[in-house]
Amino acid sequence: MIHRRRLNPIQLVIQVLLVALGLVMVFPLFWLVSTSLRPAPELLAIPPQLLPQHWTLDNYANAFAAAPFGTWLLNSLIFATISTVFILLTSLVGGYILAKFKFPGNNFLFILVLATAIVPFEIYMLPVFLEVQALSLINTLPGLILPYVILSYGIFFMRQNVLASVPDELLDAARIDGLSETGIMIRLVSRLLAPALSALAIFAYLQSWTAFIWPLLVLNDQNLFPVQLGLAQFNSSVSVNYAVLSAGAVVAMAPTVIAFLILRRRIIEGVTLTGFR
Amino acid sequence: MMASGTIGRGLHRVRSALPSVPPQRRRTYLFAYGFLAPIVALFAFLRIVPIIYTVILGFFDWSLVNPAHTFVGLDNFINLLSDPNFQTAFLNTTIIAVGTTVVSIALAYLVAAVVAYGGGKIGGLIEILFFLPVVTPLVPATLGWRSILDYQHGVLNAISGIFGIPNQAWTTDPTLAIVSVIMISVWAQVGYNMIILLVGMRSIPRLYYEAAAVDGASTWKQVRHITFPLMVPILLFVTVITTIQAYNVFTQVFVLASDVQGAPGYLVPVLVYDIFQNGFRYFNFGYAAAEAVYLFLVVIVLMLLQFRLFNRPTD
Repeated sequence: MIHRRRLNPIQLVIQVLLVALGLVMVFPLFWLVSTSLRPAPELLAIPPQLLPQHWTLDNYANAFAAAPFGTWLLNSLIFATISTVFILLTSLVGGYILAKFKFPGNNFLFILVLATAIVPFEIYMLPVFLEVQALSLINTLPGLILPYVILSYGIFFMRQNVLASVPDELLDAARIDGLSETGIMIRLVSRLLAPALSALAIFAYLQSWTAFIWPLLVLNDQNLFPVQLGLAQFNSSVSVNYAVLSAGAVVAMAPTVIAFLILRRRIIEGVTLTGFR
Repeated sequence: MMASGTIGRGLHRVRSALPSVPPQRRRTYLFAYGFLAPIVALFAFLRIVPIIYTVILGFFDWSLVNPAHTFVGLDNFINLLSDPNFQTAFLNTTIIAVGTTVVSIALAYLVAAVVAYGGGKIGGLIEILFFLPVVTPLVPATLGWRSILDYQHGVLNAISGIFGIPNQAWTTDPTLAIVSVIMISVWAQVGYNMIILLVGMRSIPRLYYEAAAVDGASTWKQVRHITFPLMVPILLFVTVITTIQAYNVFTQVFVLASDVQGAPGYLVPVLVYDIFQNGFRYFNFGYAAAEAVYLFLVVIVLMLLQFRLFNRPTD
């Protein structure tokens, strides 16, 4: 098993089983797509059929007609984009300064960042809600985005990357050349860290695109909902059949699934690099 | 606290040091503090203060309808222990967390081992198939699962029907609903765990196995004495991450048990759902915060466990 041998029958069986298990893993996604493409009466078939007998896109039209999925997608896009830009900025600057500048409290700050990276949001969501309420930002997009402008793990991750891939000599050379500290950070450090920044960007985007409990707490105007919250509300509304609901679900998951299929190497490498989820 | 003393002394040192530093270094300090200040402010406002505030809130009778916030000591924490909702939620969450962790790691280890040592050319395909659920948002994923688990028209009952197993109420029977939640959580987690374990397995030098094979060690002995001991730290990491994540289960439960008839989450009450209920339905923030502190304690215990075990020399 350990050595690379020629494929023997046992290995073949194991590999076939593994692929079968892999197909089970993607079955829920396949099932949503398949359900979304069949007319409602086919939902009642016993036993259920793998593929639609009559293919239709009506469910998508009905989903978009019954609920503002377009607005929800746009809200998710705004939410995820702004959150990602802020997280990249705060992580790069914070990580760089923590890594390369010796100042009192540096180590203490680093330990705080590392410690809070482990604490799940659900634990301190109540005070965050009270703070956002005190700022009169409940039920607004800024209120939705605010807790997502910073990522402890991102700061930690960038610090480690600066330590690993930005040599002091290079910074000193740039200083001697007369580049300002800000210029060094923007022009030099950010370029050296481009791979790490892109890995971080993918996960920041994924994090806000899939966020659920915070939008649920902070928003009640459905025109502000990101698509996950919109879909959950669509699910609990009356008179929605499963085919239309599945169409909505496909709309809500398609952006991340398609992005993953395109960037799969990069994303899996990102996970192995960051251990980040 | 020791930490604040360090900071105080540090600030003092900065102030007394500033006039004597050359202009270049002063500009550098200015840059560092200037850019760091807004980040530290955000970090404090959005992470440090809320975490501390959660603990403080737990000691108060604090509700939106009754604005007279009174200090009640340990009352919230003590009352919670005899609150049947909390007890049920804590038990359910623990079962879900343990089930999810054990199954997802065992499965991930198995798959990673096959991919690492006998995967041949299918490794890349397996990684993609298993990782796809990790990037799928949980709301649509759970909707897909709910349709598969449906009593009458679901695929799972149709398949088990072929083997003569009668239809099971996967989403409406309280016990089976917990099994269903574990199933969804494992599904969403196993790909991540597999990728991490794969990193560990691939970093073990092939030379070790070759040397062991020369010495006549069987495959099982190689797994037992080379792979497993070297994998312990990474297994521990994955275990802690998965358990913490699973203790915060919410979305699956919220969506799975919510339809036209049922109120969301009533079928399988979990901790975060109960915190959500107490905080945002009954507006009892102090009580909900105390509940969050219990969840926090679980996280802290898991972290300490990891540090303790990490520092122990492996034999």
